Amino acid sequence: MSTPWEAVIGLEVHAELATRTKIFCGCPTTFGQPPNSQVCPVCAGMPGALPVLNAEAVRMAALAGMALGGIVADRSRFDRKNYFYPDLPKGYQISQLAMPIVSGGHLDLPLEEGPKRIRLIRIHLEEDAGKLVHRGSSGLAGATHSLVDLNRAGVPLIEIVSAPDLANAEEARLYLQELRLVLLTLGVNDGRLEEGSLRCDANVSVRPAGTLALGTRVEIKNLNSFKFLQKAIESEIQRQIRRIEAGEPIVQETRLWQEDKGTTVSMRSKEDAADYRYFPDPDLPDVVLDDAWRAAVSKGLPELPAARRERGVAAGLSRSEAHQLAGDPALWHLLETVVGHGTPLRDAARWLLGEGLGCLADAGLDAEAVLDRAGGFARLIELVRAKRLATPSFRKLVRDVLVHGAEPEALAHERGLWLEPDDGSSARIVDEVLRSLPDQVAQWRSGKHQVRGFLVGQVLRALKGKGDPATVGPLVDRWLETPTAD
Amino acid sequence: MDGDATLETAASLVGAVAAGDLTARGATREALDRVIRMDASLGAMVHVSAERALARARQLDEAPPAGPLHGVAIALKDNICRAGEPTTCASRMLTGWAPPYDATVVRRLEAAGAVLVGKTNMDEFGMGSSTETSAFGPTRNPWQLGCVPGGSSGGAAAAVATGMVQVAIGSDTGGSIRQPAALCGVVGLKPTYGRVSRYGLVAYGSSLDQMGPLARTVADAARVLEVVAGPDSRDATCMDEGPWTWAPRPIAGMRIGVLTRLVEGPGLQPEVAEALAKAMAWYEAAGCTLVPVAMPELAWAIPTYYLLATAEVSSNLSRFEGMRFGLRREADDLGGTLERTRSEGFGAEVKRRILLGTFALSAGHQEAYHGRARKVRQLLTEAHDRVFRDVDVLLSCTSPTTAFPLGSRLDDPLAMVLSDVATVGANLAGLPALSVPCGFDRKGLPIGMQLQGPRGGEAIILDAGHAYERAHPWWTARPPVAWDLQPLAGGTRA
Repeated sequence: MSTPWEAVIGLEVHAELATRTKIFCGCPTTFGQPPNSQVCPVCAGMPGALPVLNAEAVRMAALAGMALGGIVADRSRFDRKNYFYPDLPKGYQISQLAMPIVSGGHLDLPLEEGPKRIRLIRIHLEEDAGKLVHRGSSGLAGATHSLVDLNRAGVPLIEIVSAPDLANAEEARLYLQELRLVLLTLGVNDGRLEEGSLRCDANVSVRPAGTLALGTRVEIKNLNSFKFLQKAIESEIQRQIRRIEAGEPIVQETRLWQEDKGTTVSMRSKEDAADYRYFPDPDLPDVVLDDAWRAAVSKGLPELPAARRERGVAAGLSRSEAHQLAGDPALWHLLETVVGHGTPLRDAARWLLGEGLGCLADAGLDAEAVLDRAGGFARLIELVRAKRLATPSFRKLVRDVLVHGAEPEALAHERGLWLEPDDGSSARIVDEVLRSLPDQVAQWRSGKHQVRGFLVGQVLRALKGKGDPATVGPLVDRWLETPTAD
Repeated sequence: MDGDATLETAASLVGAVAAGDLTARGATREALDRVIRMDASLGAMVHVSAERALARARQLDEAPPAGPLHGVAIALKDNICRAGEPTTCASRMLTGWAPPYDATVVRRLEAAGAVLVGKTNMDEFGMGSSTETSAFGPTRNPWQLGCVPGGSSGGAAAAVATGMVQVAIGSDTGGSIRQPAALCGVVGLKPTYGRVSRYGLVAYGSSLDQMGPLARTVADAARVLEVVAGPDSRDATCMDEGPWTWAPRPIAGMRIGVLTRLVEGPGLQPEVAEALAKAMAWYEAAGCTLVPVAMPELAWAIPTYYLLATAEVSSNLSRFEGMRFGLRREADDLGGTLERTRSEGFGAEVKRRILLGTFALSAGHQEAYHGRARKVRQLLTEAHDRVFRDVDVLLSCTSPTTAFPLGSRLDDPLAMVLSDVATVGANLAGLPALSVPCGFDRKGLPIGMQLQGPRGGEAIILDAGHAYERAHPWWTARPPVAWDLQPLAGGTRA
């Protein structure tokens, strides 16, 4: 019988902060600009240039720290991490080692069986490096030469380091997804893994299940999608188990995930690891924050995804509906705006998910783009709730209201969609229609209940669009269930 | 030339231009002429921007005189960035590099009407006390061409001493303004750390570096500091204070601390001790109280300074790797190019300091060296703060000796280092310090006296220096190199 193994995983996530300008100079941070077009003497590491800290980066890092339950330090400090690489213009990266801006904290994974708490060790601020573009080959290997693009050099990053609390690749993926969502909700990161604005390294080790001592840890880099993260960790866990079972040692090293090979490959061993010679950066004074500053920043904390989901479920949404809404901060914002116009959360959510999203997708619009139409959307829902409009009328009007900003009342009037107050005419038409369809009625009575939909449809047709399935359905049921005179 | 007397100081020049006795163009031409006449034998300048200076002077003549440096010829140490001008730090590494931007001091000097005439020689990247480690060759001491001018701002001191320029801007990491000022017989001021923006100064020891003026008179140094001082949004270590101004005040009643081990005793050239004794006697006669100060902590200053400065150097000079500017020596791969570029680009002293600093920061040694040095720095700072609760200024030699012969200390780096004993304390503690001429030795070489003040206390050391200078106008003496080539009005040898 083979030993059961368990994995121990911790993640280091680098998130680019969504500041307008870089962390130590005034250059813009816009992605995808021509190479070296967003560069100045400071971020190009010119002799004599000096860094000056961007206050907005500090605010965003602190906000992330608060949202994740960490302690925002009274005093934090920037250090220099010294190493040579062509994408690092100064020959050192300005980072934080001994005194990070945030210590501690946690992130709760929204697991099916209930939340699992993952502890955070720290969050620190640092600057991003530039980018190398290799020529003559798809990667570094085989390249004839490499070009340096410094647009990204100096973009602010926070590095969020988790404790080794993740038990498998699935949890690691969930952690990254949930963390991404929190940062997105805070507005401190744009969540674009494919553009590298969120990057992840994993520390993986295995040990006999139920034991406490940690195994030798391997760091995996280059995990730039949820899929790669999960696959790489799965593959690395299996590799480590195979080695241990074959009696081979695990080497402490850094490995790279190679998608084409479906495996991790060794990048450098611990012995080759650079001595970064960290020391406090003399160009930057300590960052000193007080309670008043923290209080002002914490006023900018939005409701977090977990709380949103909880509130959604409490309002009667399914777990998956709540996840879908809280999983898109822009959509949630639209939802809140609709609710702000007086619509109950459950109705606003159902109509948004059921009809609103489709319209937006067809029109290629983001929820944020139609915020000013939330009022019209809310009134449209209200008209249906008050039975002034039939449900199908909602579907007919929603696009014009949400996408084009039409007034629902004027539009309903123009299209003649107002429901007449029910004076008993619906019941009369139900009676007429069902009497004209004896075969189908007989089918229903013989137990073929699927035919009900057809019958309701025929009644609605006869009502020429002014019928509401919500009213017509029960009328049909009552008619069918009532033994007839004949 | 008749204008010579007015060219002696920035103050007299600005007055003459304002009175219409002189044009900025005339003053600039004279400065450039003096460079041509004298610099071949001195090697003070590494780059002269004659056309740009004359164009600038012409511009100034067309506008009404306004700035406090209107028409004043100023030279910059070659580690200060000026857009479009070579800035080499006297290193092969930066050969051919011209920064695309101006240092903050450059912008402020130009806005005040200064005419920047060129760049002065220095020890490579500021590392040295003799200007002999320059890749361009040494600068010679104008008082005796066989001697060094001090360093690292040796070119700046020589240029001011010979009247090529009224003022030069130097930088001081461990004495690099004050020691050459002393050895060349001019005034040198290292301001409080943070008084002058470091933006555009190529860093040596970032926590120690400070730019300041070298000038003929204390009042000129103060005039320049008024222009360049003040907060700068581009330097986070700048003091957050309003404009700095100075008006001389009487010194009677001033308490002058005397660093006993730095005014007498072994290690001090006897003539230096004698000159300082005379100065101290004068201060006492002028109504000041002399207070002996021992400050045993100063014994740690040199090792502490060298650990911290070299650590910062090892990091600050990492950006010189041949990828983006300056020298590039290609090899087969990245590591090879890096190695070759840095091997050929840096001189021996720079390499020595990079290696020392890299070691001091390396894993396993960092706490014993860099960590401990930071703690000792804190103790030294506190010791200075304590002393300044009791005295207003601290008096000492600037350099234990006068200028030494070229080459005499090059093979003995330790002896070179020990000559910084009086100056590094002010850098470690971030204090202002002034060197003023206080006589000549028997060989005719100038002697300098250092006056240190509390943090932010430039005014009081300038008061003390100014009062002494008025009673002892050593600055009116002219070095023979200037004397021989062109007799200048008002110059008398002491």
